[in-house]
Formats: sequence, C-alpha cells, structure tokens
Amino acid sequence: MSTPHEPGVQPQPEGTNVSTTASAAKDALHTRRAFLFKLSLYLNGAVGAVLAVPILGYLLGPAFKKSASYNSWVSLGPIGNFPEGETRLADYRNPVTMVSDGATGNAACWVRRIDGKKFQVFAINCAHLGCPVRWFEQSRLFLCPCHGGAYYEDGSRASGPPERGLFEYEYKIAGDNLMIQAGAMPTLATEACNKKPKPLTQIESASPAASTQEAQVEERSSSWPA
Amino acid sequence: MASLKKRTTSAAGKTYTWLDRRLGLAKPLTEAAQHPTPARSASWWYVFGSAATVLLGLQVVTGILLALTYSPSAGEAWSSLQFLNHNVTLGWLLRAIHGWGSDFMIAIVLIHMVQVFLFGAYKFPRELTWIIGVFLLLLTLGMAFTGQVLRFDQDAYWGLGIGASIVSRIPWLGGPLVHMMLGGPIIGGQTLSRFFALHVFVIPGILLALVGLHVWMVLRLGINEWPMPGRIVSKANYEHEYHQLTEENGVPFVPDAAWKDAVFAAAIMLSVLACALYFGPFGPTGQPDPTIIQTAPKPDFAFLWIYAVLAYLPPSLETPMLFIAPVVIIGCMLLLPLVAGEGEKHWKRRPVAVLMVGVIAVTLAIFTQLGTYTPWSPIMEAWSGEAVPVAYLQHRSPLERQGALVLQNKQCRNCHALGGAGGMRGPALDSIATRMTEDQIIRQVLQGGGNMPAYGKALSPAETRALVSFLMTLREKNLAPAVDASRSLTHAGAMRVPAESNLLRMP
Repeated sequence: MSTPHEPGVQPQPEGTNVSTTASAAKDALHTRRAFLFKLSLYLNGAVGAVLAVPILGYLLGPAFKKSASYNSWVSLGPIGNFPEGETRLADYRNPVTMVSDGATGNAACWVRRIDGKKFQVFAINCAHLGCPVRWFEQSRLFLCPCHGGAYYEDGSRASGPPERGLFEYEYKIAGDNLMIQAGAMPTLATEACNKKPKPLTQIESASPAASTQEAQVEERSSSWPA
Repeated sequence: MASLKKRTTSAAGKTYTWLDRRLGLAKPLTEAAQHPTPARSASWWYVFGSAATVLLGLQVVTGILLALTYSPSAGEAWSSLQFLNHNVTLGWLLRAIHGWGSDFMIAIVLIHMVQVFLFGAYKFPRELTWIIGVFLLLLTLGMAFTGQVLRFDQDAYWGLGIGASIVSRIPWLGGPLVHMMLGGPIIGGQTLSRFFALHVFVIPGILLALVGLHVWMVLRLGINEWPMPGRIVSKANYEHEYHQLTEENGVPFVPDAAWKDAVFAAAIMLSVLACALYFGPFGPTGQPDPTIIQTAPKPDFAFLWIYAVLAYLPPSLETPMLFIAPVVIIGCMLLLPLVAGEGEKHWKRRPVAVLMVGVIAVTLAIFTQLGTYTPWSPIMEAWSGEAVPVAYLQHRSPLERQGALVLQNKQCRNCHALGGAGGMRGPALDSIATRMTEDQIIRQVLQGGGNMPAYGKALSPAETRALVSFLMTLREKNLAPAVDASRSLTHAGAMRVPAESNLLRMP
C-alpha cells in the first residue's frame, strides 16, 4: 500500500490483514526450510569455531612462548679479549635465528670487565626505547642517540628519559670463554636477565649448542680513538 | 570514410549495449555521477576527499609495481631496495613516487579532516561517515608506519625496537605482545614478514573496504551543504532542508562540481611526481645490522612529533601517557559526532572548534619541528669534531687552556654548545660564568643533577680544577661574573665591621 489513500475513501480494515500476514510470517519461520537454514547457520558457526582454534593458535603462537625459553648460553670469546677496567663492544650471533634473518640475527653488547673474573655485560638497547647506546671511555658514560638517555659505567641510570639502568645479561666463564645468556631482545617486559634469583626447577643443560655457535667478538674499544 | 566512422560507432554502440545488458551498471553509475549537490558545495573546499582517494589509487598501483622487485626477507630486503634504486629501470622513481605519495596522502587526509570538522560536516546524518573517516586516518598512519618498516634500513630496524619497547610497557601483556609484534624473540625475518603482510594485505584490504563504505555513504547521504551562520542542524528538519537545497536548487555532481575535484587531483598527482623527481626516493639508510651502532635512528616525518613527545615526557609519566593519551584522543574523535551531532555548522559560530584546530595544529607543528633537529639528543661526534672557538682560548692561563682540553676530552660538547657548535641537551656554555658561581659549577660538574650526569668519578681533582677555571672565563661580552650574594655579605660582615653603620641606615 504505497499509494496514498484518496480522501473520503474508507481505508480497508487493516487489522485482520496485518494479523494474518504476521501469523503467516510466523508460520514461515517454523517451516522445514527455515529450520534447515537455521541449522546450516549453526553448523557454519561450529565450523568457524573449530577453524578459529588453529588460526588463533598460529597467530598467537609467539605470545605464549616465554622470553627465557629463547635464551641460551652464547660465547663472547676468550676473556683475554676484554682488558680489566675497560668496556668493549662484543658481537655475537643470536642463538635463535633463521636464514632469512640475515644481519638482523647479529647482536651486540657492551662487556665491562671490572677485574679478574668480575664482569658486567650490558644490552646494547637503551632501557628507554631500545636504541643502541654508545660507550664514551673518557667520560665513563653510555649515551643514547635517540632521546639522550645517559648511564654510568656500571649501567645505572645517570640522566634522561630512561626509568632504570641498562639491561644486563647473565654471564659465566666456561674455561677461558666469557658466556652470556642471550636470545630475546631485551625490553622492559622481556629482560635478558631480571637479576631475581630464579627457583631451580630444572637442571641447566650444559648447552653444547653454545660451544658450536662460536660467537665472533670484535675488539673495538668504543670505536673512538682514546 | 564516413561509412567507416559510422560502422565503428555502431559497433561500439553494439558492444556497449551488449555489455550493459549483462552488467546493468550504466544506469546506477550515471545516477551516482549526476547526483544533485547543493550549488555552493561545488567548491574548491570540497576537493580533498576525492584527492585522497586518487592518491590511494596511486599508492596501490606503485605499491604493486614495487612488489615486483622487493624481497620481503630480512636478509635481502635492504639489497633489493638498493637494486630498485640503482639497477631497475626507473625503479628509483617508482620508489620516490610511492614514498612521496604516502606523505601527500597523510597531509591530504589531515586537511580533509580539518575541513570536514570546520564545516561541521560530521553532524547529523553523517556521524558514521566521520567515524569511518577516523579509522581511515588511523589506517593511513598504519600504512605509513608499516611502509617505513618495509624500507628495511637502520631507521626501520631501530624504529621497530622503539615500537617493541613501547609495547613492552603495556602492563601484564607487554612481554607476549612484544613477541607477537616481532614474531619471535628478536627483530628479524619473522618481523619483516609480518609487517609485509600487514602493509600489503591486511591494512590495504580494510582501507579499501572502508573507503568504499565512506564513499557509498557520501553518495547516499549527499555532500555536506555549505554551512551558513544560523542554519541550525536538527534531526527533525535536516533531511527536509537538505532535500530542498539539492532537489530544488542543486546542481549535478558531474559536471558542475566534479571538474574541480579532477583538476585538484591532477595538481596533487603532479606535485607528487615533481617531489619524486626533485627529491628522489627515501633511503634506504644504513644496513639493518644491529652491530653497527654508529647510528641516530629517526622516524619518518609523520611520526616525528611522537618522537619529540617521547623525549620530553618525564620518566614517571611516560608509560601512562603512552597508553592513556591515544585512547583519549581517538575516543574523543570517535565520540565527537555523537556528542555534537546537532547545532551550528558554521565556524564563525563555533569558536571552540576553531581554537582547538589552531592549538592542535600549532602543537603538532612545534613537536614536528623539534623532531627535525632533536635538541634533546647528544651530538655524538661534537667532542672530537668541533674545536673550542679560538677566541675562548686567547689570553687564557695554561691552567685554563688545560681546562678547555678537559672540556673537549670529557665529551662535554656532546651536550653543551660552545660558539653555536655542539649538543643542545644541556645549556650552551658561552656565558656560563655569568650565570653560575665557581662553587655552583664545581657542584654541578661533580654531582650532576637537573638532567646532567655526575662526573665525580670521571674527573680527577686536577681535571676538575682546570675545567672549572676554564669555565669561569666564559663570560660573553665580558659581562660581570655571577656572584654569591650571601658570600659577599658574610665576607663584608667578617672583614669590615665599621660598615655596620651603613647597614643600620637601611630601611
């Protein structure tokens, strides 16, 4: 009834008409065909839910892996490469890499040899937003090029936007080699070493992988002539 | 000859009829093209949306062309860009057009948004058109960020590091989300593949779908009429009034308004081409090798203001601001048409709106400008690259000259300028002795503070003495040195007792 009613013409008694169409529509909803259509919708919903499991599992896979599970012991080379009282840049190949990683699979860290077998190994990443900090031998400071974060030689915060000191790697000396526990890029949430004593839940493997992954250590004393 | 022409036309006509009988698009497309627009809306102010769409088309085409050569692998992406720049015929130009097209697109989308805001076009019944537009802006910025990552150079690598560090600050979920973003423990092959999928499939897919919806709604609801002061939008009357403006006094979009859109779009495309030809492609800068640390990463132009804000936020405010501010800003943009869906459209009657646009534009411009020269960053080479100005060494004692050497060697210049050269993180030292006394300088150097590290451990007493004696000579234009007023009083009190009578005379 899209045409407007003529004035004076009595409109048809619509009440009955409406109720019949309504009940007819209601009946139509309960036909066999409507039931099958609904069933097909539920079926597709169920299939979708089943498909969602592998899709989400695949997508969220990396999120469920703990940062620490990526870590393993990596050699930075003989401790003789690191003179006492100095801080030097060391490079290594990340323990978890693929062929397609190319040069991004390399990593660098700052090694400070305090004396004898006492070391501090700092992540290259600023604790503010992850830019590469540089060591300045003369002023005994690490400076960040991005937003000007500064750290003292022991890695503690000196000034600027970082809210904490540099990230530190756990280290050990195996024979003559300096080894660090590395693998995941250190950020505030995925620290390389959170310095808290961890409960010993499993015996640490001797990590034969670490010895085969001989890390290259480039001797660069902050790359500036002193 | 005439018969040949006649035959061709009739053949073309037959093909057309054959096609349209099957497609049935001629009628709806003609209707859409000739939809009536308010006569005054056929204006040069209404050309930005169509220009953004045309730019999107340009980006899609040049993007596909670049994908013919680009290798989305962390080990090869950088060299494939070098190959594009230097070995592929006109590869550099295609890269340049794609890069400049991206900058132009962000600019045009922002201008479009400001125009829509100032003309009140987001009000009833176009609220949803605005809301979708906000998502289009975010997606455009998402394309810019992911595109910057695909230019897999040092800036891209450390930009991802900044992104991961920001994500890591999310409470509780930070760690898992960092690994989600990077696709593994480090920035590497998986990360680039992810951003490739986002830049090439996911975001463009959503972007094109939403642009379709956005344009459909513009056609369905009609282009915004030219706002008039006092013409109030109300949900009850608007559609009727708009109908009058279009059906009775309107003009067809094609050709009355469309020619302006077409001319502007052509001008923008030519500008993109001109910039591409003149300035060339963006990068790539150094190789994405994290063991090369001699780098000062910087984001692309559109994100410089965020980079600047991150430098100025105090550490305690940074994490909350990083996550609360975007939610508030985006939330306000999305809610705007729902809160202010009726009322005045004309900017002369909406002073707060005009003021807001002004304040936001000035703020973004200032932070972007700061981001271009990063005064907060130390200049890593200043200490070895910028000599102490000769004038500052003349007529100085050997100790003072030794102090100048200490100043250079201890990298003070990385943060402090002398003679206009050096870092700007700390204050320039050219007239430091007129602002600080010797004692204050010694304390500041040894203990630091006020955003300066303490140098107590890095300076021997002799070095400190030399440095401070040099700094005490730095008084530009021979201004008087700073004095400690209290010291002169105690000095006067101890040494000149007769001066008491002078003190007594003071009011």
